[in-house]
Amino acid sequence: MAERVAVPGWVPPSALQRKRILDNTRSIAIVGASANPSRASNFVATYLLSTAKGYTLYLVNPRETEILGQPVYPSLQDLPEVPDMVDVFRRSEDLPPIAQEAVELGSKAFWAQLGLWSAEAAQIASAAGLDVVMDRCTKIEHARFAGGLHLAGFNTGVITARR
Amino acid sequence: MTDHEWGFRTRALHAGARPDPTTGARAVPIFQTSSYVFEDTADAADLFALQKYGMIYSRLGNPTVSAFEERMASLDGALGAVAASSGHAAEFLAIATLAEAGDHIVSSSHLYGGTITMFSNTLGRFGIETTFVDPTDVEGFAAAIRPNTKVLFTETIGNPSGAIADIEALADVAHSNGLPLAIDSTFSTPALCRPMEWGADIVVHSATKFIGGHGTSLGGVVTEAGTFDWGSGRFANMTEPVPTYNDLRWWDNFGEYSYLTKLRNDHLRDLGSTLAPMHAFLFLQGLETLDYRMAGHVANARAVAAWLKADARVAWVNYAGLPSSPHHDMATKYLPDGPGAVFTFGLAGGRAAGASFIESLEMISHLANVGDAKTLILHPASTTHSQLTDEQMRAGAVSPDMVRISVGLEDLDDILYDLDRALEAAHG
Repeated sequence: MAERVAVPGWVPPSALQRKRILDNTRSIAIVGASANPSRASNFVATYLLSTAKGYTLYLVNPRETEILGQPVYPSLQDLPEVPDMVDVFRRSEDLPPIAQEAVELGSKAFWAQLGLWSAEAAQIASAAGLDVVMDRCTKIEHARFAGGLHLAGFNTGVITARR
Repeated sequence: MTDHEWGFRTRALHAGARPDPTTGARAVPIFQTSSYVFEDTADAADLFALQKYGMIYSRLGNPTVSAFEERMASLDGALGAVAASSGHAAEFLAIATLAEAGDHIVSSSHLYGGTITMFSNTLGRFGIETTFVDPTDVEGFAAAIRPNTKVLFTETIGNPSGAIADIEALADVAHSNGLPLAIDSTFSTPALCRPMEWGADIVVHSATKFIGGHGTSLGGVVTEAGTFDWGSGRFANMTEPVPTYNDLRWWDNFGEYSYLTKLRNDHLRDLGSTLAPMHAFLFLQGLETLDYRMAGHVANARAVAAWLKADARVAWVNYAGLPSSPHHDMATKYLPDGPGAVFTFGLAGGRAAGASFIESLEMISHLANVGDAKTLILHPASTTHSQLTDEQMRAGAVSPDMVRISVGLEDLDDILYDLDRALEAAHG
């Protein structure tokens, strides 16, 4: 796991801020999507397709054409629209050029999966005004607020008397 | 935007229990069901492969149990929780998740007798060896660590010795050796001590005791902080492919969530020691008043201990809340609101006088439990710790004349009245 070097000008978003990022997202590009069902990217894609149906999901991997019955795009530039969020499942050292691509495309959020950390990528994306999340799982964070995490016995931090 | 930090009493009432979205029910419904209808076959397959969250079968999870689990996680300051059918089941699950045949654990020798027996007997037969050390000897824990050691284990307040764990020092020893610190915090509950604030990684409770608080239901729970590095290489079963789940790796797929995800989906799945929804409901009710009840228990315990201490018919009193206790300094540090309400004493006249005393009580119940709203009393050497060898009893500081009391919430005058009458009868 990459060392969590502090990023000047960026503070890891709180739970409520992560919820706001997810609420403001309609389309997600999964960069580094895998056809292997044991890989985290496959897990997250399966979850988002089955549970978080409000999102349009784009899978990106130059070596695949179809995963989970979905078309796979060779690169972010090949997507039919600009994705609101670029969600990366690659090695930490691969993150900076992907962050740069997300900035150039005009995405709103740059998200690096659990275990990934790149101060350089975070600086590139946050300096351009993107929301940045690192070392977090979109599946887990979505489930924190959508109820899945609660059902699994985890502490969501949610206190509410609303239905 | 900052996250508001809700207080302990608020979380004791609300955490894990938002109103039922379908009916609006404000109390947590008792979901008395074994199983849950799938949306379709793909939904069923995704749930079984852990690729989405949801209910499958109540051995693995139940919505009433989930509410209890999240509330316990919140009160312990933990990442999450998994409930079990008893405190004992919770301890077994906590160990089974991180150790297997050929491994070793280092444990306090001052544990509830049943836990010592589980570790030395059942875990021993499963090939997990335990070294027992004096819980007040932090260096002893460090010296007992071997290359195959997987966890350090102790109780916040030893049963029945009353020894208070030096949690911060033990966590340092554990972490500097790449190990987690697991603590049974049954006697203190999260109202009096939250071991994770001092560095503990895993906390186990018997919910049967003060959490339920009324002596009605058996249950337990494991909480985990989610900050321990299970990917260090020391815990191969966290980082190797898992054949029963499409070769996923717990640490790679679930990160900080991996310990509890493995505990539930490997071990609760296989062992089936599941908490019943009715019991989870009763524990949720108990948690709502936990902070108030613990304050009442501690106030009565302090007064009873001081009263016994001043009585010539009583030879000794061991309560960490008394300044005379060797554990008083540790209690002041880790349990500033009081070291619980379970403690021990011995009568002038030894074991025979103690037996006569117990049999002469009228209102105080002679039974094998602690943490009931009612005051309870017991002779450990002939009951809870009777399966220990003489050597284990000495190592656990269980003396033949020892009487254990769990001070309840009755009127203090009535508790003292009953004790006084029985002491008089014993020394008649």
